[in-house]
Amino acid sequence: MAYEDAIAGLSKLLSEKADLEGVAAAKIKQITAELEKAGSNQFDPVEKIKTGFVHFKTEKFEKDVELYGKLATGQSPKFMVFACSDSRVCPSHILNFQPGEAFVVRNIANMVPPFDLTKYSGVGAAIEYAVLHLKVENIVVIGHSCCGGIKGLMSIPDDGTTASDFIENWVKICAPAKTKVKSAHKDLSFADQCSNLEKEAVNVSLGNLLTYPFVREAVVNNTLSLKGGHYDFVNGGFQLWDLDFNISPNLSV
Amino acid sequence: MSATSIINSVRLTTTSSSSSGLSPSSQPNSFNPRKPTLLRVASSRSPPNLIQNKPVFTVPSPVPVEDMGKNYEEAIAALQKLLSEKGDLKTVAASKVEQITAQLATADGGSKPFDAVERIKSGFIHFKKEKYDKQPALYGELAKGQAPKFMVFACSDSRVCPSHTLDLQPGEAFMVRNVSNLVPPFDKIKYAGAGSAIEYAVLHLKVSYIVVIGHSACGGIKALLSIPEDGSTSTDFIEDWVKIGQAARNKVLAQHGGASFPELCTHCEKEAVNVSIGNLLSYPFVRDGLVNKTLGIKGGYYDFVKGNFELWDVDFGLSPDFSVKDVATVLHWKL
Repeated sequence: MAYEDAIAGLSKLLSEKADLEGVAAAKIKQITAELEKAGSNQFDPVEKIKTGFVHFKTEKFEKDVELYGKLATGQSPKFMVFACSDSRVCPSHILNFQPGEAFVVRNIANMVPPFDLTKYSGVGAAIEYAVLHLKVENIVVIGHSCCGGIKGLMSIPDDGTTASDFIENWVKICAPAKTKVKSAHKDLSFADQCSNLEKEAVNVSLGNLLTYPFVREAVVNNTLSLKGGHYDFVNGGFQLWDLDFNISPNLSV
Repeated sequence: MSATSIINSVRLTTTSSSSSGLSPSSQPNSFNPRKPTLLRVASSRSPPNLIQNKPVFTVPSPVPVEDMGKNYEEAIAALQKLLSEKGDLKTVAASKVEQITAQLATADGGSKPFDAVERIKSGFIHFKKEKYDKQPALYGELAKGQAPKFMVFACSDSRVCPSHTLDLQPGEAFMVRNVSNLVPPFDKIKYAGAGSAIEYAVLHLKVSYIVVIGHSACGGIKALLSIPEDGSTSTDFIEDWVKIGQAARNKVLAQHGGASFPELCTHCEKEAVNVSIGNLLSYPFVRDGLVNKTLGIKGGYYDFVKGNFELWDVDFGLSPDFSVKDVATVLHWKL
């Protein structure tokens, strides 16, 4: 049915039952609003980015001249943070970090791989830069609820076969945590095992941080502390824990 | 190095019941963020030998004010005594005193040691009260899943978080942050980190756009341009990592040979974004997304000195044998 026909049909009905005019008007208004919304639903990435930056510039950059003036000359963050790439867990939101406060690495399942010049130069470069150049005082590794990467790790079959180009190979960094969870919590449901693994994987990452000589040295000298965290976005909770490493001189990692 | 165990933990949650079912050794405390209480320290029963069972976030014991005053006078007296013996140290001492005065004058300088735990706690409480609790519809939706439109590559630099610079809200952007916002080429051995993120974002989350954002005064790009001609490196990882942008360095040096070092850096910061965009094409699932028009790629540059942002589109000559060199940039807009 063409639009004109539809309108004509409605007009005819209303000419017969005039008392429905008010209801019809309200309904027409409603569908007009719905159509308007649907029409503007076309997502415009450029507009989105532009609006976002204009908001930042007018509400933050231009309002805090002192802060941004200082940051233009350099950064000296107190924190280095490892967080997941997940769109729901940005530390600038969940810990209210302001520009200049935290040097941030975000990757799948917030994992810190062990020192490896060939396989893990990406994370290695970030840690080296943060610890040796920026001299951060804290490294915080933050896991989170419903982590897809952790689910991926938990789902790798026991025979080790993988179905992805990269994902499973990457999350295997925290395989020791999976082993621990599977033996300590073998009676738990898959979902509960994943929750445990989210936290245990953070501990494996904290352990892996110690495989970097400059991290070890800073920890021994008490200029750097390592912390673990877990953000639960289902219940709105956050846990933070400290690890205190007692490194004896003959420790070989 | 295997898993280590939790020694001390702080738990922030509104639902105290949610701590049930968790082992007491690992999740000891819960408190309402609206009424922060003193953090208690719990200890694990048998710490592994690597770990010392010692509370780490105990507050340093306060020094009585009189003692501090006395210590200060004693310290000054000792310094003066030294200077009376070694007069040539006076200028050095003066500059050092100026330095500590400046440190003490700043808000969190000397007198008030930075408390990392307190900072994290107050940050989360702020988020919970001002955002999480105020937008139950958004956070309720996000608790079920994420469907971000963007995947963003940004630098780890503390000054350039896209949640700030582009006002991106939770759920809007899947984010990778590394040194110099570099996308390495497809390589299962060397670059599983970036590879897994792209694979997850494109194949699982089905993001619509990948945006690579460079920035001014980037330390990693400076390092890339500072590598000596003979290629020798002096870092464990940094130079090796930033060499992903080697093609950008070569291009900038060839085209702007006479420019000053800071100018070269600016050119290279932008050119490295284009190299990263070219590298994205080495991932088969990215290529498929571009060909099928389900995925778009954009380059961006945030200048935090001037407060500018540039965004550009990249035209791909999507012929079967395209290479990085075919990447042409079209300036889209500039703020």
